[in-house]
Amino acid sequence: MSEVEETLKRIQSHRGVQGIIVVNCEGIPIRTTLDNSSTVQYAGLIHQLAQKARSTVRDLDPQNDLTFLRIRSKKHEIMCAPEKDYLLICVQNPEN
Amino acid sequence: MEIVYVYTKKRSEFGRQCNFSDRPAELHVDIVPDASLSQDFVERNPVDTAIQCVQEMSEHEVNTERFETSSRGINHTEGGWPKDVNPQEVEQVTRYRKKVEKDEMYIATIQQLGNIMEHCIKQNNAIDIYEEYFEDVDVDHIDETPSAKTINVFRDPNEIKRTATHISWFPDGPRKLAVAYCNLEFQGSSPDTSMDSYIWDVENPNKPEMTLKPVSPLVCLEYNPKDSHILLGGCYNGQIAYWDTRKGSQPVEMTPIEQSHRDPAYKAIWIQSKTGSECFSTSTDGQVLWWDIRKLGEPTEKLYLDKKQDFSKAQGAYSLEYEPTIPTKFMVGTEQGTVMSCNRKAKTPLEKIVALYPGHIGPVYSLQRNPYFPKNFLSVGDWTARIWSEDIRESSIMWTKQYSSYLTDGCWSPTRPAVFFITKMDGTLDVWDILFKQNDPTLSLQVCDGPLHSLRVQEQAKLVACGSQDGTTTLLELSEGLYQLQRNEKNLVTAMLERETRREKILEGRHREMKLKERTKSSQEGKEKEEAQDDLQETEEDLIAKAKKEFDDIIATEKKKSQANSDLQQEKMDQGKVVIGFHLILTLHEHKTVS
Repeated sequence: MSEVEETLKRIQSHRGVQGIIVVNCEGIPIRTTLDNSSTVQYAGLIHQLAQKARSTVRDLDPQNDLTFLRIRSKKHEIMCAPEKDYLLICVQNPEN
Repeated sequence: MEIVYVYTKKRSEFGRQCNFSDRPAELHVDIVPDASLSQDFVERNPVDTAIQCVQEMSEHEVNTERFETSSRGINHTEGGWPKDVNPQEVEQVTRYRKKVEKDEMYIATIQQLGNIMEHCIKQNNAIDIYEEYFEDVDVDHIDETPSAKTINVFRDPNEIKRTATHISWFPDGPRKLAVAYCNLEFQGSSPDTSMDSYIWDVENPNKPEMTLKPVSPLVCLEYNPKDSHILLGGCYNGQIAYWDTRKGSQPVEMTPIEQSHRDPAYKAIWIQSKTGSECFSTSTDGQVLWWDIRKLGEPTEKLYLDKKQDFSKAQGAYSLEYEPTIPTKFMVGTEQGTVMSCNRKAKTPLEKIVALYPGHIGPVYSLQRNPYFPKNFLSVGDWTARIWSEDIRESSIMWTKQYSSYLTDGCWSPTRPAVFFITKMDGTLDVWDILFKQNDPTLSLQVCDGPLHSLRVQEQAKLVACGSQDGTTTLLELSEGLYQLQRNEKNLVTAMLERETRREKILEGRHREMKLKERTKSSQEGKEKEEAQDDLQETEEDLIAKAKKEFDDIIATEKKKSQANSDLQQEKMDQGKVVIGFHLILTLHEHKTVS
């Protein structure tokens, strides 16, 4: 098994983790553990939001950059770790 | 004095451009002052002038134009893929993904991001920073003062406003509201008046979600509790129609005019049935008609609101009550102020109307059984709301004070047996809590300036919708104390209703007793009267002689009495003497024996 798969498997094994999506800089889902329709939705919407958040942070201070984005909702928490070329999205329900 | 100045111009110069130039002033007329005229006038000195020592104010009002919004949506398709990859082709997609996954940059990034992500996940699992403390601790709301706040106001969108005559809540959750609009004034609506009724989205007061287009304005409108797409409407011309919201604004079917009511169909209710297609309606023409929406050609059953089923003597009805748990019974509130309890399944026509409850001195506008105690029901009419017990027919067991304005509608709270609501002509909504206060409403709220006409409480009792005569429907949210069941409330209300029933029963018994007495008395008097009639033939002299004789008799008896009294006293005194004498002898005798 590749190192990537190992990492993803490790993340998935944590309590409450519902799904992981890797999105490239165009918003295309590369690797996912969710079903196709929700993957496309998450990828498109979260990617846009992460980009917006990133440009906000950088507009406020050009030396600054977005390192992590956590969205807490009624049902779960969506966590996004952005990088230059890829975005790692993880959906976790921390209650159970 | 006439002043004439003639100005001439050649015909050929008409319409030519003006050419102005300077010239010296010339005198056309000179009027000499006339001193005699001053005698016609009186000089006023001093002159009175009112002056206000306050800054003058003016008031201006501007109302911004209503902002109308509508929601629109766009459906996005998947995109962002490189040009040579078609996202619809699974093979191309997986190939592209495989290619990316082999990229070294990708592997490195994911491992790095994975570590950051794991840190956050662990954080979340270690401690719930959003944890809510004391979540399950009950807070007592007794101290809270009852209140209600307006959430939304839905206005009749038409130029000519009509009364919001009836409201019905969407059966699956408090999201929608069906409101019937109709001008109830006799011949009061002009031909331009709209006939439409609307379904509103609770969140959007700008635009109705759907329009219902009947052939005659709707007086009442009711969602089918079993199928939320279907609505039942009673028209001003007496017809009954039903809508299917999936099939558009036009009614699916209507009852034929000759089979329908002859007056506005004031109330139509769905009946609990297997098919969910049965309903019944009433009107001021004195009929109750049963229908099945699968065949609206003719009513399935008919009832005239008269004890002997005589249509010409039937009483007109404004309100109808039906409780699904007692499906054969129903109640009708009439124009004359009587509540009729009827039995649909009665064998003979005479048994159809089981009981009459007279009490109101005006039409009964609303009628409802208490959701917890179906034996007790609320009626609203004239200036009072009354609570009745089925067993007591002569009087209601509880009633509100006489209001100064007319009542228009009322209903029970679906969640609290002690709470009911009343709307009035002065635009106020009253909330009564009979456990808290019996003389006054717990909450009285001015909802709008115009008279309120209709009222409907949502199933969960948190939301109340009030319709007014000027076509506005106000949505109110009640404070928690008004819809949450209080501790021990059911028992307390049971006790109160039972106590009042018992009191009324005792009063009824006493009343009956008094009536009976009066009746026997009057029958006796009747006999005496007969005798007296014989006496009437006696002459006046006889009467005087009789009176004299009576007087003498009384004097004689009195005298005898006093005589007897004095005799008695004498006798008593004599007896005393004897006793004393006897005593003396005894004592003497004792002395003798001692010595």
